[in-house]
Amino acid sequence: MKIVVTVKQIPDPNATQGLEPDSTIARDREVVLDPGDEYGVEEGLLLKESQGGEVVLVSMGPDRARDAIRKGLSMGADRGILITDEQLAGADALLTAKVLAAAIKAESPDLVICATESTDGSTGMVPPMLAELLDIPQLTTAKQVEVSGGKVTIHRQTEDGYQVVEAETPALITVTAGVAEPRYASLKGIMAARSKEVKELKLADLGIEKGQPAETVLAVNDAEARQAGEVVEDDGSVGVEKIMAVLQAAKVV
Amino acid sequence: MAKIWVYAEVGPEKVAPISLELLAKARTLGDAEAVALGPGADAAAAQLGKHGAKTVYVSEDAAFAEFLAEPAADTMEALVKQHSPDLVLFGFTSDARGVAGRLAARLGCGLISNSLDVKAQDGGFVARVPYFGGAKIADYKANAKPAIVLLRPKSVEASEVGGEARVEQVQATIGATSKRARILESKVEAAEAVKLEEAVVIVSGGRGLGGPENFPLIEELAGALGAAVGASRAVVDAGWVPYSMQVGQTGKTVRPGVYIAVGISGAMQHTVGMKSSKVIIAINKDAEAPIMKMADLGVVGDALKIVPKLTEAVKAKKGR
Repeated sequence: MKIVVTVKQIPDPNATQGLEPDSTIARDREVVLDPGDEYGVEEGLLLKESQGGEVVLVSMGPDRARDAIRKGLSMGADRGILITDEQLAGADALLTAKVLAAAIKAESPDLVICATESTDGSTGMVPPMLAELLDIPQLTTAKQVEVSGGKVTIHRQTEDGYQVVEAETPALITVTAGVAEPRYASLKGIMAARSKEVKELKLADLGIEKGQPAETVLAVNDAEARQAGEVVEDDGSVGVEKIMAVLQAAKVV
Repeated sequence: MAKIWVYAEVGPEKVAPISLELLAKARTLGDAEAVALGPGADAAAAQLGKHGAKTVYVSEDAAFAEFLAEPAADTMEALVKQHSPDLVLFGFTSDARGVAGRLAARLGCGLISNSLDVKAQDGGFVARVPYFGGAKIADYKANAKPAIVLLRPKSVEASEVGGEARVEQVQATIGATSKRARILESKVEAAEAVKLEEAVVIVSGGRGLGGPENFPLIEELAGALGAAVGASRAVVDAGWVPYSMQVGQTGKTVRPGVYIAVGISGAMQHTVGMKSSKVIIAINKDAEAPIMKMADLGVVGDALKIVPKLTEAVKAKKGR
């Protein structure tokens, strides 16, 4: 079984972050493999271990996004594809999906695994667009995945429980954080990753023209921050007293 | 008048609250119309009308409830091409995201996701989108027609205007290969006593509680207050409580009168889902935690000692 996992390098969500003057996300900060993608890589590796086959990581980003692919390779993925092109800076979801679709189509995978949404952009739009462009079904927000007999079956997280959803492969699934605990890269894995192939592609290699963006950023502003209120150190009683006063003022006790 | 469409999420028993919120926004932007697909659509039309939909396009076809995304995307594509709406609003929900993404890719028109608001500007539409979990807000202009915008739940308040919709039955247009992701069954996990989205008071617990064995302290305080119970992503991922209790970017967005965050540091992932609460109370051992900078009252101390005492105090007060 051939499995493609999409991965993305993002500014470290635990570090101070900023934006470039053109409102794209500043990438000169600490960058990491999106923690959400580690679940997808792990699920891909688990399926490979039970079914045999190959796990290919596909990413779009600047040249340094190679490091994010390398991280996944050190976890155990087999090889990587990086689409990197200056024309792709600031690409929106649709262009991103077109680029990924073109690269993935050439691989003819049985299963494409994506995170439910990226941790930095959080729009969650690339996976369904990608499924549409690949003309395969999408099974979203999986917290459990099974593949057998040419079918993929997931437990799909819903508001109040879950659904069991099934489709024939090839298919695209998105996974939640609950799907599997990502493994740590072993030293052996890190060493092995150095010699694994990471193929680099340009926009022209994929036969895609950039075209007009579907959206334009007009302005970026700081969100209105809430004002800090009173902070008290609890001494065994003042904490509860203060909270009770606030609850009474809000008329909930 | 601009033609504003709402993709309504309907079921056999109810209309999703987000759909009524979208109609409240749609009314302010032009002539509001709704599309309701699947079993329950006919019954939903009356309620959608009361919330301002002038026309509701309905299909009761069972395929919309049996398969994910594709049948709805097919039919939306056909309807959009036939009626040319200026703007199509979807909720930023799991189901609607799947439909909107496929539709936008097919129409080649792109979309604006995860929005807090949308307004008419310069003959088009501009949506406000949070970045970095809400630290920054970007104004995006949609360049295509139709503009497609996904609004986060609880961004707009739903309200009835008492209208009656013209109901138009439509043919489900479903491609030969679109019945692919089949829903075999739907399971409801233990439903909470008080719904998070509707709660006046919410008590949420996080990693600072130490372990799942201490989570009942949160439930007991919530019980005393008649509050709903929430949780941070960290403890949901760790398996202490089910996902249905998660508040934040990848969980529920809430805006209760009072939000009590216990042992929650206040990562953006969490605060984007609760920062519109009227009053925020934080209990945390770390005075430097981000939650302290946004709480109306921050109590620095040991949650495991404070929460049981608070529960007793609430019970004593209410018992009077």
